[in-house]
Amino acid sequence: MTARGLLGRTATLAVLCLGAAIVLIPFVWMISLSLKPAAEIFSPDFTLLPSQIAWQNYIKAFTEVPLHRFLLNGVIVCFGILFFQLLLAVPLAYALAVRDFKLRGLLFGLVLAGLLVPYHVTAVPLFLGLAELKLLNTYSALIIPFIASVFGIFLFRQYFAALPADLIDAARVDGLSETAIAWRIAFPNAWPAVTAFAIFSVVAHWNDLFWPLIAVSDRDLATPPRGVLYFRDEEAGSDVGPLMAAATVINAPLVLGFLLAQRRFIQGFTMSGLKG
Amino acid sequence: MIELRNISRRFGDTSALSDVSLTIEGASFTSLLGPSGCGKSTLLRIIAGLDHPTSGSILFSGRDVRDLSAAERNIAMVFQSYALYPHMTVRGNIALPLAMRSMNRLERFPVLSELLPSARRKAVENNLAVERIAALLKIEELLDRKPSQLSGGQKQRAAVGRALVREPTAFLLDEPLSNLDAKLRHAMRAEIVDLHRTTGRTFIYVTHDQAEAMSMSDQVVVIMDGKVQQVDAPRDLYERPASRSVAAFVGDHPVNFLDVAVDRRQLAPPFEDVTLDTAIPGRTVTVGIRSERLHPAADGALAGRIERVDYLGSSTMVSLRLPSGHRLSAVLSEQDAVPVEGEILRLSFAPQRADLFDPDSGQRIDARLVPARASSRPARRDQ
Repeated sequence: MTARGLLGRTATLAVLCLGAAIVLIPFVWMISLSLKPAAEIFSPDFTLLPSQIAWQNYIKAFTEVPLHRFLLNGVIVCFGILFFQLLLAVPLAYALAVRDFKLRGLLFGLVLAGLLVPYHVTAVPLFLGLAELKLLNTYSALIIPFIASVFGIFLFRQYFAALPADLIDAARVDGLSETAIAWRIAFPNAWPAVTAFAIFSVVAHWNDLFWPLIAVSDRDLATPPRGVLYFRDEEAGSDVGPLMAAATVINAPLVLGFLLAQRRFIQGFTMSGLKG
Repeated sequence: MIELRNISRRFGDTSALSDVSLTIEGASFTSLLGPSGCGKSTLLRIIAGLDHPTSGSILFSGRDVRDLSAAERNIAMVFQSYALYPHMTVRGNIALPLAMRSMNRLERFPVLSELLPSARRKAVENNLAVERIAALLKIEELLDRKPSQLSGGQKQRAAVGRALVREPTAFLLDEPLSNLDAKLRHAMRAEIVDLHRTTGRTFIYVTHDQAEAMSMSDQVVVIMDGKVQQVDAPRDLYERPASRSVAAFVGDHPVNFLDVAVDRRQLAPPFEDVTLDTAIPGRTVTVGIRSERLHPAADGALAGRIERVDYLGSSTMVSLRLPSGHRLSAVLSEQDAVPVEGEILRLSFAPQRADLFDPDSGQRIDARLVPARASSRPARRDQ
């Protein structure tokens, strides 16, 4: 390799390392703090590695508050949302992509417009509506507002529209109903989009603090980020060690899940065409 | 028997098909032939029930099928792109239409199908049918592969298998060979004809390749600009084309169309040696002579200077310019001497086999060319 090429590569690598460091430092600091004894956390000297590993932070995280309960709530809420989102988005996207009907263009335009509205805008009417229905402080309150995902409909519509028309016709000839085509033919062939959407949806709702803070006050229904706050709100002030331990625990499933599905996730967004 | 009555199909302002009427006999092999964009695929989709005519009716064995879906008409279709389900194995692809017919909603449900005894029994039966078809098409060893792992010819067979497995009333093929290379196309052509013989079902075959249509079919429907031009057996299509455009479309070699002046029965040069058997109105007539029907002959009636020679091995294509100004191309056989550009070549043709068309409408004229009376050119006769 020429000296010039080597220099170029070094520069590229340096920039990438800097970027990675900026993103990763808070996480490294979180893990570092979660393993330090309380005395060391507030010491004025900067040390990255703890002098001794303080596992008790993790034990406290699980004992002081029901962290396992928060994790379970997170799983129930996230997968509940994802299940209903797919249940609605797949047939809706199929109809928008494949079926020809009046006002299709208008409906798709509304879906696109829906993409522009942040859900915080609708938070107050949603809260009032759920209150009327006496659904506040239930899992339903955490799930129902999110089951119609315009992003999911849009993503799947784009994917379904790229499916060869012959494939859909072949399925019709073979005796599949339109619903069956949506689920048996279009859905399995859109798996990169499904994976990408699933990651987006789960990450967004696992990390969401805004809505759980509004919709539930019962501690047993708290999602992980809401649960972490209980370390700060207690009368003793912030208990940083266990707080960081809890934060590490609730972040771990997302990081693991992303690493497992990384390749499919990227495929979902590069939208590589379907080969017959 | 499938009957189409006055089928028209419009897409917005453009008319894809206009007033198509057609009868397709049971167990026949019918080709829909035409250049791309002529509406033949639209017609096939209308027969299949994937598209609906703007007006007109379709009858299957005398029954109007307007409101029946593709599946209810029980037709099978092979698509140009094969349209195999990419996420299923070949076995899954071929079994799906069977499962849709034999099993109920509950028995097809993903997990339940493994548990219900009736679903398992039917799955075993279906699998036997799949393997029978695979054996017929010689694709047994491919059954557990995904479509992406198959070659073009193998995909083709899998697609045919999926169509054949459920005993359809009619078997529709939409340009199924156009994605294959030339050699494979020839082999598959023969296989499809064999398949038609062994199954004895109605085949409707869409193609833009006249050689495919001519070699495979009992009946060829020539469609151009959304209209049926002619419906005939391949031989009649070649011998008696209904219009100039049909004549030009059918056959391996180009047809010479010569516009010549006519006075009742007498034709202007270069056709002074022949006359019409019946007098026709009009001042000009188009004489169509197939280039393979022109042969070099010392006493040939048409003589011209050679402008171009294309040597092809088994045959030679020559283009001549006649003194009358007409251009003529001819196919010389292997036995004929290969001529040289610039030479004068004399060609003879059988006048009775020339076709006559109206120069304005392009429609066939029911008259024949016959040799002029022997007395007019006695010298030629004696040679």
